[in-house]
Amino acid sequence: MLEALGRGLAYLLSGSADVLEIVLLSLRVSGTAVALGVLLGLPVGVAVGLGRFRGRRIAIAAIHTGFALPPVVVGLFIYIVLSRSGPLGGLGLLFTPTAMIIAQAVLAAPYVAGITLAAVQSVPESVRLQARALGASRMRALATHLREARLGIGAAVVAGFGAVISEVGAVMLVGGNVQGETRVMTTAIVLETRRGDIAAAVALGIVLLSIAFAVNIALTRLQQGPASVARSSRPGA
Amino acid sequence: MTASAVLEAERVAFRIGDRPILADVSLRLGAGEVVAVLGPNGAGKSTLVRLLLGLERPHAGAVRLRGTPLSDLSERERLDLVGLLQGSPMFAGSVADNVAYGLRIRGVAPAERARRVEAALDRMGVAGLGGRDVRSLSGGETQRVAIARATVLDPDVLLLDEPAAGLDVASRRRLLADLEAAVRRGGGATLLVTHDPQEAFALADRVCVLEGGAVSQEGAPADIVAEPASAFIAELTGAELVVDGVLVARRERLVEVEMGGGVRWLAVPAAHSAADWTPGRRVHVAYRPEDVALTQSGGGAPSTPRNRAQGTVSSMAPLGGLVRVRLEGPVPLVALITREGATELDLAPGRQVSALLKAVATRAYMAPAKHPS
Repeated sequence: MLEALGRGLAYLLSGSADVLEIVLLSLRVSGTAVALGVLLGLPVGVAVGLGRFRGRRIAIAAIHTGFALPPVVVGLFIYIVLSRSGPLGGLGLLFTPTAMIIAQAVLAAPYVAGITLAAVQSVPESVRLQARALGASRMRALATHLREARLGIGAAVVAGFGAVISEVGAVMLVGGNVQGETRVMTTAIVLETRRGDIAAAVALGIVLLSIAFAVNIALTRLQQGPASVARSSRPGA
Repeated sequence: MTASAVLEAERVAFRIGDRPILADVSLRLGAGEVVAVLGPNGAGKSTLVRLLLGLERPHAGAVRLRGTPLSDLSERERLDLVGLLQGSPMFAGSVADNVAYGLRIRGVAPAERARRVEAALDRMGVAGLGGRDVRSLSGGETQRVAIARATVLDPDVLLLDEPAAGLDVASRRRLLADLEAAVRRGGGATLLVTHDPQEAFALADRVCVLEGGAVSQEGAPADIVAEPASAFIAELTGAELVVDGVLVARRERLVEVEMGGGVRWLAVPAAHSAADWTPGRRVHVAYRPEDVALTQSGGGAPSTPRNRAQGTVSSMAPLGGLVRVRLEGPVPLVALITREGATELDLAPGRQVSALLKAVATRAYMAPAKHPS
């Protein structure tokens, strides 16, 4: 294990252009997918979390079921839709990064919606009512409410990113792991392991974890604000 | 009363599910007037505030701002109506951000905004807190900032729901003094909602008592104290209650009430109470503890007070220069007497005494068919 780790680091330090390409594509695909997932999941989460309509419980259960969506099943579904004989086959998207983005956006959206839902519900209704009572329009009062839920909404984005950057089933099926075109970190790890190049697989695993860590540090900073120093200054309260 | 109402609720009703919260409540707030809505917990006060702010729609009746139903107001017109909700939550950020919230909505320029925020904080005695994170405030500071956040807007109509709730007595008194100054300064109309009669009577030109979802009395504080319309209001305004009396007979201008244990008292029927004083009906008998005189037990000497009751001292509590004496017996009573009086009678828990009360200081209220608990 240690030996593999050492060889993996050596592999990385050799500075292969392939590795950089794979990492960049992973970030592009998963980053775009999360952005789309937020665009889709955030309004749904807010609407289901704060709305009062028939079938709301069903909607919540459906969103939570989305947490358990197996990536490979989502990949299969997107594969069928995009395959030559499928309804969107004419677009020629199968085995392109776009197909991977679509699949991962579908996987990210339930996480974003579900965690956003819980986040907006955890903010008391009195926040919105007090905002209204100070003259805020409905939209502005909603914005104030969402601002109070920002930690939870940040967590929703982090969870969505974590779910897609690490998944392999969907991108493998709809991307095809084509070298230089649709190969991302997770599919590359699978490939290298199968080929017996454990060093390369471990190296990519390290990169994947490091990038996940770096991205989460950046997201956490956005979510929690800069390292809090001001909070402790409370003169004689 | 007031010629033209700025804010007016007309025969408003509201229910949650099948449970009626407000029934047929009417209320008028004139320009520059300070009105208090006084009521116990669960009387529907906070619901009324929400209706008056247009945050909920009544199931019947209407709320109007200068004659226009709230639902027809534009967002611009709504800005004249500002409310401080009960337990008003702070928004994440600094104190100044919070106080500036409504000013930003109204498009007040940054320099003017900063000036008004500072002035409002100063009026509420929390000048210099502007830069603090709201999470670092104490409970009392938070309430002051919440009031500043509403009063800074100088609205035509300001609704305050329990602005001083949950504070200790001293903080509450200081807060109310600052609140009154801030409210009177603006010159707008103010509706203060509170469960505390002292707060209502001290601040308001007019008091409206809300009981079980309906207005039970409305008038100037002095009139309400002088002529409470229900036993509940009598209790609120400082009189004590002796419940569960039964009407025996009507006698000229008085009523005779069986108080329990064969004790019969005479009482003045309350002017506002229902006129149906038929024997056998349950009545509440109210009196003020300072009107109760105590004498040595057993002394059968004739006296002018007509109402008597034997009792045992169960507790004595100092209250300023006075002593509050609680008596147990067929008619449980509370007497407020001077310390000197207590010493002269050699009062101590367990001692038997007679309580005397003039009939004219005893008031009878018809017990409502269903009194809200």
